[in-house]
Amino acid sequence: MKKTLTFAAALLAASVLGGMANAKTLVYCSEASPANFDPGTTTGGNDFDASSRTVYSRLVEFKHGGTEIEPGLADKWEISDDGLVYTFHLHPGVKFQTTDYFKPTRDLNADDVVFSFDRQFNKQNPWNGEKYLPNLTWDYYTGMDMPKYVAKWEKVDDLTVKLTLTEPNAPMLANLGMDFASIVSKEYADQLEKDGKMADFSTKPIGTGPFQFVDYQLDSVIRYAANPDYFKGKEKIDDLVFAITPDATARIQKVLAGECDIAPYPNPADIATIKANKDVTLLDQAGLNIGYMSYNTTIPPLDKPEVRHALNQAIDRESLIKSLFQDAGATPAQNLIPPTMWSWNKDVKFDSYDPEAAKKVLADAGLKEIQLWASDRVRPYNPNFQRAAELIQADWAKVGVKAEIVNYEWTKYREEGKKKERPGAFQIGWTGDNGDPDNFFATLFACSAIGVSNYSSWCDKDFEDLIQKAKKTSDQGERTKLYEQAQEIFAKQAPAFLLAHSQVYAVVRNNVSGFMMDPLGIHRFDGVDKAE
Amino acid sequence: MLRYLLNKIALLVPTLVGITICAFAFVRLLPGDPILAMAGEHGVTPARYEQLKEQFGYNLPIWEQYARYVGEVATGDFGVSISSKRPVLQEFKTLFPATLELSFFAMIFAMVLGIPAGIFAAVKRGSWFDQSLMGTALVGYSMPIFWWGLLLIIFFSGYLGWTPVSGRIGLQFFLRPITGFMTIDSILYGKWDALRSAFSHLVLPAIVLGTIPLAVIARQTRSAMLEVLGEDYVRTARAKGLSSARVIGVHALRNALIPVVTTIGLQVGTLLAGAILTETIFAWPGIGKWMVDSIFKRDYVVVQSGLLLIALIVMAVNLIVDVLYAVINPRIRAA
Repeated sequence: MKKTLTFAAALLAASVLGGMANAKTLVYCSEASPANFDPGTTTGGNDFDASSRTVYSRLVEFKHGGTEIEPGLADKWEISDDGLVYTFHLHPGVKFQTTDYFKPTRDLNADDVVFSFDRQFNKQNPWNGEKYLPNLTWDYYTGMDMPKYVAKWEKVDDLTVKLTLTEPNAPMLANLGMDFASIVSKEYADQLEKDGKMADFSTKPIGTGPFQFVDYQLDSVIRYAANPDYFKGKEKIDDLVFAITPDATARIQKVLAGECDIAPYPNPADIATIKANKDVTLLDQAGLNIGYMSYNTTIPPLDKPEVRHALNQAIDRESLIKSLFQDAGATPAQNLIPPTMWSWNKDVKFDSYDPEAAKKVLADAGLKEIQLWASDRVRPYNPNFQRAAELIQADWAKVGVKAEIVNYEWTKYREEGKKKERPGAFQIGWTGDNGDPDNFFATLFACSAIGVSNYSSWCDKDFEDLIQKAKKTSDQGERTKLYEQAQEIFAKQAPAFLLAHSQVYAVVRNNVSGFMMDPLGIHRFDGVDKAE
Repeated sequence: MLRYLLNKIALLVPTLVGITICAFAFVRLLPGDPILAMAGEHGVTPARYEQLKEQFGYNLPIWEQYARYVGEVATGDFGVSISSKRPVLQEFKTLFPATLELSFFAMIFAMVLGIPAGIFAAVKRGSWFDQSLMGTALVGYSMPIFWWGLLLIIFFSGYLGWTPVSGRIGLQFFLRPITGFMTIDSILYGKWDALRSAFSHLVLPAIVLGTIPLAVIARQTRSAMLEVLGEDYVRTARAKGLSSARVIGVHALRNALIPVVTTIGLQVGTLLAGAILTETIFAWPGIGKWMVDSIFKRDYVVVQSGLLLIALIVMAVNLIVDVLYAVINPRIRAA
């Protein structure tokens, strides 16, 4: 009976959705409504799943399931010897999507690429401000320091674009694979501007990606169809549907009931149920994040590496992680970057639990009291700062160090925490943006980040030289070596206690193939297929 | 009657001012600076902070910000969402029919079960039925909506597979909204299977949202009925030899229903508050879920204006109830 019903439903779906025979529909239960469909203007992972990763493509792309860069709309590129000029050669004959609201008359060309970036910083561009949408902030473009590094974008010919930088910056390539760097259609923008319907650019997207937008019912359902002209070949799925389901338990029940095929972020409490079910598979991966605790390395006795090592050794990290993350689990951190990121140094080991050794060092150093900071916010890399603080407090008490827990509300917490004179140990973490190691090392521990996001106020000359050199080197093999060395220094100097990389999960029905967890935290549906 | 109405409307003015102050203050009293909260882990440079502060008008003195806000609201400008960049009023109009539809069916559920149950309990006062009903009503009234909703989903959708887990209609139905009410739109499109799907999606959320009103209505009907059953005219009616059904159904019920109607009207506030949780659990695209999403996104403009719009609706309904009450009960008008 149930089979007949499913069949009837499938038949019906086929007849309603455009009358195609045996249309394959993949339903993804997404966790939140997208703010809009213009990835330059949004910041949330769910926004990007619904826009940049479905509708759009970029000059370069992240390898499916990894953080390495591979060709996208640009087939190849050259970087000048001084690392200042990037020349991209576009794939010929790439078509923008044809929908009931836009019919392209030309293929993708250099104008589209220049426009896609120009609109994000050029105040003279009509798409930069109020005329397009109110209160535009272009958060990612500014957040990734693009205005500082980009000198200009130029069209060389229809299929060649030149990017000139103000100074060498190897992570630039990874930045161009990010969602905000999605390539939009200038022809579509011009048409909307002429028609006085500029706001439609953010609600009816046109891109060159694997799926094209069909319809969005606010806060409820987004519908896409496979892009028949996709330059990497039409997808096997005919229709892609996002069923917006914010409650984690309801989301998982929907996958179990077969109402959707894929759902992200299950509740830790539901993981056992999911694992026991034969119709679905639980996918997991260490997230592109790190939870850590910064010691202020400028205030004695925390200025001595051996004291910091001793504090690390005094913490029973395994029990701490178990207690914090429970069934959801987390990967204990060996390095600042997660194991899914290139250049992760497998030979570096984090301090092991050894309270006896720690006790002696701490007694010799005369460390009796310390401040231990905690906030109220749940973060992916640390679900409970307060609980963590209490457990660490108990561990430190065993080695004769009395920790006083300092609490602040989240925004105030970070304001106070980043001050150079802030004492003690400060719990914090980071979720990566672009899969480039620089996004972790330089953002969190560069000398220039002191007072901004270097909560350890740690400035080590050797470490700094390595990461600055890696930033300016375009060869990835060479960069890998530099970052591997940087990780050795980091481990030796121990400016922070490294907690863990939290695990991220997705639940997938067994008849779905080709879906992969992504270290960047995005959900991609290109290459996904579904057996009937 | 006109004087009564004007009086009621005049009383709304201070309430309205109070609500604008609350909605305005709520956003500013939330811990943390809204701009820093928006910026996330990246933080903002001091220069950019000042720039954003000016862009969002947070650099003005607080009274000026309030005056500006009231001025905008008075002209029907409820602002533009920080995250989606769409006008708040436009989003509200799109989503409100879903909430209204759900609330309507929740209320139908509560009344259809609550009124007869209350009558029956009153007639059989002190019986096991009465006692267990009142006990159940108390449980229903104290039931946490979140837990109750998940429980029903896990049992009826997960275990038995009778009802869909969440959403408003089966995904195979692709109806562009006409009225925004899924049941009515299905009829307008002439798609009967879509109508059936819409109803099957309504069952669980309507039960969850209707549970508290059901408990309130059942208890209120019972006590009103008990009061009326002791009145002289009921005794007279019985003495005339009328059938028990006629005495209860016609003579007693009509009078007992007056306070029940008021109770039902006052449940609108409860329904909208309950909708916030119910819609979130059942992925129901209404204003309750919209408010929750906006709080998580730190979209202060939506939270502030959404609160105000919801308060306006509750006030309007209360006004209508007051008027209706005066219509069915003339004694009120004179007072």
